[in-house]
Amino acid sequence: MDRGGRQDARAGLLCDSRQDAGATLSSKRVLGRLMVVILTLGVLFLSGAPSEKHLAVYSLAANYSLPLVQREGRQYVGLLELLEPLGKVSAKSDGSRWRLRYNNAEGIFQAGKTRARVQDRDTDLGGKFFMENKRGLVPVGSLSSLLPRFLGGPVSLHEESNRLFIGSVATHFTASLAGDNPPKLVFHFTSPVNPSIATEPGSLRMTFSREPLVGPASPTLTFGSKAIPSANYSEGNGAAVVTVNSSVPVMATFGNDGRTITVAPAAAGAAAQSAAPTATPAPGTPATPGQTASTLPAPTPAPPVPAARRYFAIVDASHGGDDHGETLSSSLLEKDVTVALARSLRQELESRGITTLVLRDSDANLSLDQRAIFANADHAAIYIALHAASSGRGVRVYTALLPFGGDDRGPFRSWTTAQHATLPLSQATATSVVSELQKRQVPVRDLSAPLSPLNNITGPAIAVEIAPQGSDVSQLTAPDYQQLVTSAVATAIAANRDQLGAAP
Amino acid sequence: MSFRDDFDTVIPRHLVIAVAVLLVAALTLSIFAWRMRKTVASTPVTAVDTRPLAPPVAGPTERVTLFVAHDEDGTLRAESAQIAMPSGRQQRAEELLRALVSHYLDKSSPHVLGAGSEVRSVFLVDPGVAVIDVNAAFADTHRSGVLVEELTVASLIHTISANTPGILKVKILVDGKERDTLAGHADLSDFYDVTAVNQLTTQLQPGQ
Repeated sequence: MDRGGRQDARAGLLCDSRQDAGATLSSKRVLGRLMVVILTLGVLFLSGAPSEKHLAVYSLAANYSLPLVQREGRQYVGLLELLEPLGKVSAKSDGSRWRLRYNNAEGIFQAGKTRARVQDRDTDLGGKFFMENKRGLVPVGSLSSLLPRFLGGPVSLHEESNRLFIGSVATHFTASLAGDNPPKLVFHFTSPVNPSIATEPGSLRMTFSREPLVGPASPTLTFGSKAIPSANYSEGNGAAVVTVNSSVPVMATFGNDGRTITVAPAAAGAAAQSAAPTATPAPGTPATPGQTASTLPAPTPAPPVPAARRYFAIVDASHGGDDHGETLSSSLLEKDVTVALARSLRQELESRGITTLVLRDSDANLSLDQRAIFANADHAAIYIALHAASSGRGVRVYTALLPFGGDDRGPFRSWTTAQHATLPLSQATATSVVSELQKRQVPVRDLSAPLSPLNNITGPAIAVEIAPQGSDVSQLTAPDYQQLVTSAVATAIAANRDQLGAAP
Repeated sequence: MSFRDDFDTVIPRHLVIAVAVLLVAALTLSIFAWRMRKTVASTPVTAVDTRPLAPPVAGPTERVTLFVAHDEDGTLRAESAQIAMPSGRQQRAEELLRALVSHYLDKSSPHVLGAGSEVRSVFLVDPGVAVIDVNAAFADTHRSGVLVEELTVASLIHTISANTPGILKVKILVDGKERDTLAGHADLSDFYDVTAVNQLTTQLQPGQ
């Protein structure tokens, strides 16, 4: 029994210890598998999580970005947080009512309501107002109509790319080809820029995430060069991207304190870089693995952006928002045509080296007084209001119709006759525009008009009303016709540059 | 005592008849009102009231000069017209502008205004101020555009100032109230200086 019992006992112990070892091994395996699953899920979760969307805000006071939240299929932003960097702002909630005060402007919002009252005027938010933890959330789409009432100045919202421009902050650029062999594509910017640059076979991409860069009239620019045939402008996720398409490896060099970027074939670019003392090696602009012959020179750190800028020309796309202007056809509103014309004129002016601001670059509500206040505050050398009409033929160029004798008192200018002092210069500019249009065989007339805000502008000011040459209203949207007119206007402005620049 | 006797005792017969007649009348009126409501609902509402605001003036006619806008070439042309003119200065100014507007209401006019457009009244205030009050339809139905609105304004002001000596400034009201623009362009917020408008009229002459 003893022997047999010991053997049995040993066998039992052996069996137990094997079972224990098996159980330990199996639990380790399970734990290991569990860890793998957790890690895999974690990786999947992190990689699959949608990136948080932000609204990029550009203003003279600060450039910043704010997180966006999704409510009922719309993107929302905190209004208090948006206004905080811009001025003195406070908010008070009372039940479902939310009262916001920005400087001297007051807005009253009601949770769940699609309308708000700002400065004693009703405004449509385009979606419900939400109040969460005493934060007021408004649809991003409502900012273009809401903010001008608080700020008293124009804002431009690029809703699809989540970019908001407050005041005259936009950085514009022109691109022109200099030289044929080797070709150099020169970008001129109205203020210093510092994009991140990446190259890949066939293209060079400049991403402007901090700069309030806005695009040209046409998103595609063609240059007629085999080496650098075209460039594209696009916007998305709070950044602007300029892509230069090339058939040869290219590189970019910076100059003029970040106001110029020259893109040239690698060899020519290297020569240009050595010739340009302002270009410095790039710190940390990553080159993509696929790049072969291009180097990525670094921009000089951008100097601080000046607090106020002076544009030479202010182009005002008349009407906008609730004010449709003339209904040109069942599907064509004057307010839409004027924006297209304004963009085209900006492109034409900037290609002639004239810094230009488009006062209304979106479908924003902007009162006539606000337009005048903005133009006067900016001290632009010329203000050009654009109108479109279905009646008549060709173009009409207007200057202000003012009473004889001004109402000015000492150093103060009367608001209604503020144009008085510079009317002769406005008329001279209008005459030049008429002359340029006549050279291009466009029917044109030069008239005075009781057209606000021309009479409220302190500097030279004209209005251009564009009608089709025939009876076909759709000609107003034809890029050829738009460019024919805007290039004539731009040429005339450029010809009068010295005279206009000398205006007080 | 039967139930009928009780009834006759409590409510007199003439009162029963009167109540019955009143009930029938109320029912008839209700049916009539209901039918009238249906008729009104099915009748299309006229967009604007085209009835004239003032009766036509009778009396001796006079030859006056109207400055008529022409959309085709964007000009203002002097045209003489024979119209009945009252004796009062203010009434004459009113009739003059009413004649001009009625000219524009004609479908074959070179500068057509919307149906129902009217000059409500003209006030001549010393020294040298004229206030032209047009009705809401005048502005609401006016075509939008810088030139087309400017032609209307210049036509009104030049016609009244050329035929009524002493007018230096003109203000245009819409339905008795101030309005920013006529139809989105021509500024109505301020007084028009007649001298400046005369200069504009020169620019709007044919061949300019």
